[in-house]
Amino acid sequence: MALLEVRQLTAEFVVPDGAPLRAIEDVEFTLERGEALGLVGESGCGKTTAMLAMLRLLPAAGRIVRGKVLFEGEDLLDLSAEELRERRWRDLAIVFQGAMNALNPVRTIGSQLREAILVHRTTPPERAAARVSELLDFVGIPSWRAEQYPHQYSGGMRQRAIIAMALSCNPKLVIADEPTTALDVMIQAQILDLLDRLRRELNLAMIIVTHDLGVVAEVCQNVLVMYGGRVAESGPVRQVFTAPQHPYTQRLLKAFPNIENTQGELASIPGSPPRLSQLPSGCRFHPRCLLTTERCRIELPELRSVGVAHRAACHYAEAQS
Amino acid sequence: MIYDGPILEVQGLAKYYPIERGIIGTIRNQLKRTVRAIDGVSFALERGEVLALVGESGCGKTTTAMSVIGLIDPSAGQVLYEGKPLHEVLRRDRWMRRAVQMIFQDPYEALNPRMTVGELVGEPLEVHRMLPGPAARRAKVLEALDEVGLRPAEEFVDRLPHELSGGQRQRVVIASALVTEPGLLIADEPVSMLDVSIRAEILELLNELRQRRGISVLFITHDLATAALFADRIAVMYLGRIVELGITREVLRSPQHPYTKALLSVIPNPDPRRQRTRIVLQGETPNPADIPSGCRFHPRCPIAAPECRMIDPQLEQKHGHDVACIRV
Repeated sequence: MALLEVRQLTAEFVVPDGAPLRAIEDVEFTLERGEALGLVGESGCGKTTAMLAMLRLLPAAGRIVRGKVLFEGEDLLDLSAEELRERRWRDLAIVFQGAMNALNPVRTIGSQLREAILVHRTTPPERAAARVSELLDFVGIPSWRAEQYPHQYSGGMRQRAIIAMALSCNPKLVIADEPTTALDVMIQAQILDLLDRLRRELNLAMIIVTHDLGVVAEVCQNVLVMYGGRVAESGPVRQVFTAPQHPYTQRLLKAFPNIENTQGELASIPGSPPRLSQLPSGCRFHPRCLLTTERCRIELPELRSVGVAHRAACHYAEAQS
Repeated sequence: MIYDGPILEVQGLAKYYPIERGIIGTIRNQLKRTVRAIDGVSFALERGEVLALVGESGCGKTTTAMSVIGLIDPSAGQVLYEGKPLHEVLRRDRWMRRAVQMIFQDPYEALNPRMTVGELVGEPLEVHRMLPGPAARRAKVLEALDEVGLRPAEEFVDRLPHELSGGQRQRVVIASALVTEPGLLIADEPVSMLDVSIRAEILELLNELRQRRGISVLFITHDLATAALFADRIAVMYLGRIVELGITREVLRSPQHPYTKALLSVIPNPDPRRQRTRIVLQGETPNPADIPSGCRFHPRCPIAAPECRMIDPQLEQKHGHDVACIRV
């Protein structure tokens, strides 16, 4: 059984005047233990909403329309609020975008970690201090720095502390939303190394939400490309990135600056991602696609198999032999 | 006489900030300390050239840009624009200010939300008292909008920033920098806030503009991959100094300084077939208030030798471009 299986997850936002906005529609994927999945797409494609919907953390205006989120076979969407609270942190933890800037400035890093441990009662109080050192050690922070405050940490250290906090209750799945976006390349490389090591050593499942295709290639085994709230393509990183089947993935990869290939020019994708209030008919990508036909304007393409574990939502994606 | 030297020359530019000791510090007679944000930066920018200043946060690239444009008073060194000291020229001659323009990082913050696109782009014309009369100004604004690809310009001119996408906003920012017809454009991370698919088109636009108008661009970025696409030459900065400077292709193909090598090796690459060795430097850039002796990179350098602790290397021509390292 897969650790996590998401099926047809659909969520919308209620707006005061007008029809609700479909933020995500029929998002599907599975995740095994010890696997890192990259969730990529441009701003507004629904990647963060998909994660929030999964954990039932959507803001008040959001609601889940349909779908299943099976965690070890149990649907998180059916749990009571109390049961779900137990599950969060212990089974699945999320590192929000910019969380490293949300550490409490007037309390030490150690005491904030201790709180996370004690609230969830995963460690007896007398072992809490030892557990704090253990966690800090795990993410490469010397344990004496537990007594320091967030302002005494650099950006990279704060991100490590946040990752330590996410690990505090031994979760099976960690979701990280743009974990390296605000960091310099060298610090980013350090954090990516850390995430990869944690995944291997703890057999941790991870979902990395990012707009950076390079980060996905670096630490993920599988990738899910989203566009306009729907899955455009999914599959093993190696296959999707070397032989992308969806025109959006193809163009996104070409738009990505590659240091090796400075001669080849950067191909931008004309137009901009759709607004939720004006989602196009048929294929969501058709107004920006070069291969659009009449069928694309009318018929919504379903995700279908185009290779081993490789799926794409395009009428014209071809199955590879 | 027509001046035909480099449009911009920066010589030994430095900016030091003293750290206040406070009352107790003064009584105890603590050492006076200074943050050396930039510490002797020199380069020249040719007419029509794009030079990228690349480095991590805190390396001094933005301080350099701000000092060039005169938003920060440098502690030492000088900046020559067309051979004349820029800061003096700027003080004396308001007119010169239109010749050097800057594009800032965040198109969401840079535009006054209550002004229309037409007012935003027209404002520099008013400030610099160019083109009297609303009709002439409006024509110029429309021309500028058209040039940055906001077409048809008549449709955009009365819109407010919130009605525009991120890419369109950045185009408005660029239009308002170009409307005064500057000779030098300083672009501080112009695409880092934008999505990948939009980044490419903004870079294309900047490239087009420079080819058409022959503008020189000082391009500030933390992203070597973006610099690679757009710049003619790259200057890599570390802790307030340029450590390597050369033609883009040369620097990327055969980086000489160990810092440049490491920086290039850790750029995440979307091609999973590519095998390579990443050089992940441990620790972080030292505090600019406490710059290491000798070569400032030696504590993190994988090839440091004992003499690196003593000798402060200067930029020298080695293997076709300038490198500040005694081990090369």
